Amino acid sequence: MNEFKELTRQGLWENNPALVQLLGLCPLLAVTASITNAMGLGLATLFVLVGSNITVSLVRQWVPQEIRIPVFVMVIATFVTIIQLLMNAYVYELYQSLGIFIPLIVTNCAIIGRAEAYASKNPWPKAAFDGLVMGVGFALVLMLLGGMREIIGNGTLFDGAELLLGDWAAQLRIELFEVNYPLLLAILPPGAFIGLGFIIAGKNWIDAKREAKAEKIEKTVTRARVTAES
Amino acid sequence: MATKTMQKNGLLLALFAIIATFLVLAVEALTEDRIKAQQRAQTLRSLNEIIPSTLHDNDLYQSCRLIQEPALGTSEPTALYRAFNDDRRSALAAEIIAPNGYSGAIRLLLAIDPNGTVLGVRTLEHQETPGLGDKIETQKSDWIRSFSGKRVRSADDKRWAVQRDGGMFDQFTGATITPRAVVQAVKRATLFLQQNSDTLFAADLPRCQQEQVMEVSDE
Repeated sequence: MNEFKELTRQGLWENNPALVQLLGLCPLLAVTASITNAMGLGLATLFVLVGSNITVSLVRQWVPQEIRIPVFVMVIATFVTIIQLLMNAYVYELYQSLGIFIPLIVTNCAIIGRAEAYASKNPWPKAAFDGLVMGVGFALVLMLLGGMREIIGNGTLFDGAELLLGDWAAQLRIELFEVNYPLLLAILPPGAFIGLGFIIAGKNWIDAKREAKAEKIEKTVTRARVTAES
Repeated sequence: MATKTMQKNGLLLALFAIIATFLVLAVEALTEDRIKAQQRAQTLRSLNEIIPSTLHDNDLYQSCRLIQEPALGTSEPTALYRAFNDDRRSALAAEIIAPNGYSGAIRLLLAIDPNGTVLGVRTLEHQETPGLGDKIETQKSDWIRSFSGKRVRSADDKRWAVQRDGGMFDQFTGATITPRAVVQAVKRATLFLQQNSDTLFAADLPRCQQEQVMEVSDE
C-alpha cells in the first residue's frame, strides 16, 4: 500500500512528468491555448500511458532486453493510433482542434520513459497505477497552463468544453472579462514557454519553502538530542 | 548462438508487429463508418447553413459532383453541389480553396443562387493563427457572413477587396493576409460559378466518390 502512496507522490509532485522530468513538452506547449484542448490531450495521454504501461508490464517476461525499445514504441504507437481513430469517430470537433498533436503523443517521451523506467520492471497493477498518476500529473499541469493562457489571452475559461464533454458542458463556459483583442502573447507558443516557466518556478519555490521548514525542524531535533545526551 | 538469438528476437518483433497491426485494423474497421458519417455531417451542416432547407428539396449530399477548375483555387477535382426546388435550379455550392492564406491553404464552402448572388461562405479547414486569422470561423466572428447577399459585377470589381485595398470587406486587426486571401478566392470562384451556372447545373459530371454511409444518429 505504501508503494502506491509513494507512486502518487512521485507522479503528482516529486517527479511530475511536465514539471520535473520536463518530458512531453512538445504537445504540452502546443495545445495548451485553452483549458478544453489541454483536457482533451491530457485525457488522451493519460489513456495511452495507462494502456502502454499495462501492456509493457504484461509482456515484460517475453521481451528480451535487446528488442524492448522497438516493442515499447510499437505498443505506444498502437495505442495512440487507436485513440486517434476513436477521437476522430466520437469527438470529431475536438479531434479537429487538437489536429496533428494526437499522433505526437507517440513521441511524448514521458510515455516511453515510464515504460522503460517503471512498467518494464514491475507487475501490472503497479504499472497501471504508475501510468494513472503520471498521466494525471501531466494532465493537471496541462490544464493549469491551459487555464492560465485562456484567462490571460481570451478572458474565458472552458470555452468550447461542449466539444469534449457533450452539450451540457456549454454552461461551464465562464467569461471573466470581455476582450476585444486577445492577448496574442499568451495564446501563441511563447506564452506557453513563459507560463510553464512560471509554473516550474512556483513549484520550486514551494519546494524550497518546505525544505527550509523541514531543515528548521531537523535542527531543533538535533539540538534536543544533544541536550539529551549531555 | 548469436544467430539463434537474432532469429528469435526477429520473430518476436514480427509477432508484436502482427498483433499491433491487427488491433489497429480492427479499431479502424469499427470506427470507419462513424468517421465518414462525421465528416459528412460536418460538410452537410455547413451546406445547410448557407443553403437553407427552404431553398432546396433534393438531397444535397447526393448531389455532389466532381469538378476540375483552376478558378476554384485548386488543380485537383473538387466538390460541387447542386440544389433544386421543385426541379427549379435554386443554388450552386462548391468547395473552394484560398491557396494563399497566412499558413497555407484555406478550404472554403461557397454557395451562390442562380442569379450569381452569394448565399454564403463557410470555412471548412484552415491553419491560420489562433486569435488573428481564425476569425474566419463562424465560432470566432461573424466576418465570413459578410459575403452573403453580395454580387461580383465583373472581374475587376474594385469593391471585392479588403478595406485597406479600397474594397468593402473588413480586415482583422493585425491580420490582413487571411481576409485578403479569402476575399480573392471567393471573388474568383463566384465569378466562375455565376458565368458558368447554366452549364454547371446541367453538365454531366462524375459523382463524388462517397460510399453509401449508414445514417448515424446524433449523440
